[in-house]
Amino acid sequence: METKTSHTALGQKMIQTFEDNEKLIFRNDSSTIVDRRKKAMEIFREQRFPDSKTENWRNTDISKALALDYNYYLEPGFQKHVDIDKMFQCDIPHLQTKMISQLNGWFISENGNLTKDVQGVIIGSLAGAKKNYSELVDAHYGLIADDIKSGFVALNNAFAEDGVFIYVPDNVEVKVPLQMVNIINHDENIFIQNHNLVIIGENSSLQLVQCDDSVDHQRSLINTVTEIFVGKNASLDHYKLQNKNDNSTLINSIFFDLKRDARLSTNAITLNGGLIRNENYVTLNGENCEANVMGVYLVDKAQHVDNQIFIDHAFPNCRSNELFKGIIDDSAHAVFNGRILVRKDAQHTNAYQTNKNILLTDKATVNTKPFLEIYADDVKCSHGATIGQIDENAMFYLKSRGIGEHNAKMLLMYAFAAEVINNIRIEPLKIRIDDMVKKRLRGELSICEQCVLHCSTMEKEIKFEIDLSKV
Amino acid sequence: MLSIKNLHVSIEGKEIIKGLNLEVHPGEVHAIMGPNGTGKSTLAAVIAGREGIYEVTEGEIFYKGKDISEMAIEDRAREGIFLGFQYPVEIPGVSITNFMRTAINEIRQYKGLEQISAANFLKDMEEAKKLVGIQSKLTNRSVNEGFSGGEKKKNEIFQMAMLKPDLAILDETDSGLDIDALKVVANGVNALKTDQNATIVITHYQRLLDYIIPDFVHVLYNGRIVKSGGKELALELESKGYDWLKAEA
Repeated sequence: METKTSHTALGQKMIQTFEDNEKLIFRNDSSTIVDRRKKAMEIFREQRFPDSKTENWRNTDISKALALDYNYYLEPGFQKHVDIDKMFQCDIPHLQTKMISQLNGWFISENGNLTKDVQGVIIGSLAGAKKNYSELVDAHYGLIADDIKSGFVALNNAFAEDGVFIYVPDNVEVKVPLQMVNIINHDENIFIQNHNLVIIGENSSLQLVQCDDSVDHQRSLINTVTEIFVGKNASLDHYKLQNKNDNSTLINSIFFDLKRDARLSTNAITLNGGLIRNENYVTLNGENCEANVMGVYLVDKAQHVDNQIFIDHAFPNCRSNELFKGIIDDSAHAVFNGRILVRKDAQHTNAYQTNKNILLTDKATVNTKPFLEIYADDVKCSHGATIGQIDENAMFYLKSRGIGEHNAKMLLMYAFAAEVINNIRIEPLKIRIDDMVKKRLRGELSICEQCVLHCSTMEKEIKFEIDLSKV
Repeated sequence: MLSIKNLHVSIEGKEIIKGLNLEVHPGEVHAIMGPNGTGKSTLAAVIAGREGIYEVTEGEIFYKGKDISEMAIEDRAREGIFLGFQYPVEIPGVSITNFMRTAINEIRQYKGLEQISAANFLKDMEEAKKLVGIQSKLTNRSVNEGFSGGEKKKNEIFQMAMLKPDLAILDETDSGLDIDALKVVANGVNALKTDQNATIVITHYQRLLDYIIPDFVHVLYNGRIVKSGGKELALELESKGYDWLKAEA
């Protein structure tokens, strides 16, 4: 009962905050956006936050996170002259990216928050884009992030003021990967809602690395919505890296909309985090699209990771492939919910889904629910889920060659995760993630020393008795 | 080198090996033959140290003068025991190169030796590959993944060549091999033979013993060695089958 009351309390507080601060919240908005916010708020009033009775939330208990008191800011809660480079630095050797940083959900930039390069690629703050590119924002913002998906999405649509805005015009190949970083650094509990909008024009391509980091151990609740439009025959290579402190709660909803002949590859790598919920909505909104949706999660202690994947085959001749793998240690809990919808007209659909889990202890838990919903009659679809321990036969085989328990287990766990890691197409990133996975498996990955890709201290050289780089 | 005395092994309460005695000395090749289900593979697994369903209820296994009953699987391997698997395990994602380098370095560490140099490792790999006629691409592949039956067995002998064990136990290494692959495997085993090491060949058929000539042949039946002899015993079994021994036992 207590949690229920508190749960309502945060929801009630947000409704009140919205009513009291409309002018402030709407300050950058066109009338179109204002209307969308109001509609979203109405839906939130009805839906509220999900609880254990909400379908798809049965295995993820959000009540404790919602019961805490949080500070919520309607304006950036930090000085305008924060030197974010002092807070973290990207130290991946040879990884050349263009960095787009947010601190506590707010955009940081020294030159006007928006840049436009010679090819017409616009990168910057969503708040800035609302002012300078309102027609682009109005034509996309909130359109695929469906309010009714969850109270979190509705609340984000109602409140979110800032986030990253990326626009790639037609026929542009963005050569340098873009790296979105959201650093959480605050001395009190904080509730953050940011909203990212990415628009990729026809025949264009983009590599996007989305990092969720925290650099302190403060409690935080982050409710992020990202909308990504992939135009006709465009391609997106997307990575989501999560290495957060054990006190953080992250609700990460990403909506992908693929037009005809578009290609998407998205890979979610979860290395640490208190409670992480990834919701991926992929709509194949034209013929001959391809979506590869992958993820790997390595959780221990009392961590909780929940991946919800929804792939909507709305048109014929599309392909989707899901592969999620997890290693769950201690009393950690993993949830996988994969739903593939093949609509009546989506003939010649190929849709595959796999979720594999290794439980390392008796207390580790996994709930996996593959789910196919098919209304077309000429399709190829499959799904499969496995939950197991480390294969005893394989352990015996490795040991019988002189490899000890520890390394044998390491090799098998690494090999298990590598199937997903090997799909990372940005080589320096792959090498780093590879290292981080090895460290993570050996229990040596610390988030106080470094966040996913950024740290102020040099890393120690990784020396493996197993040379896993040759795996 | 190996001395097994009155060994009894049960699987889930059912006694499979019922008082087995075996003496193996350096430089010897022993063949253990017998019908299916008589405990041949159980014997191999127990010498290698497999736990779990296998329970040694009685008897002793001495290796190089030490009782190894309590010794971990990996330590037995580091002491020089090698098991060639009847069904080699597929390990997707682990390359053979890394598998072997890890194994060799752990064995070297156990013996207080430095890690193997990259150059020596590569040299050993090349020699071992040549021995069993493995094309170079095989070594970049995951352990046994997608290998044919013959490739898997060749890979076992390749590993044996890399690890250079003192006691090799080859469990049904001939099963599933065509005659060409059988010759390759047998030649590999013969080439690795010295007067310091010993080999136990477990087989169902006499065929393998045309290529790996044993010094001793033992017939395992109903959990015990019921007859031992020289290589001519294998030929006798080939012509007469096992029934006459069953009657004798």
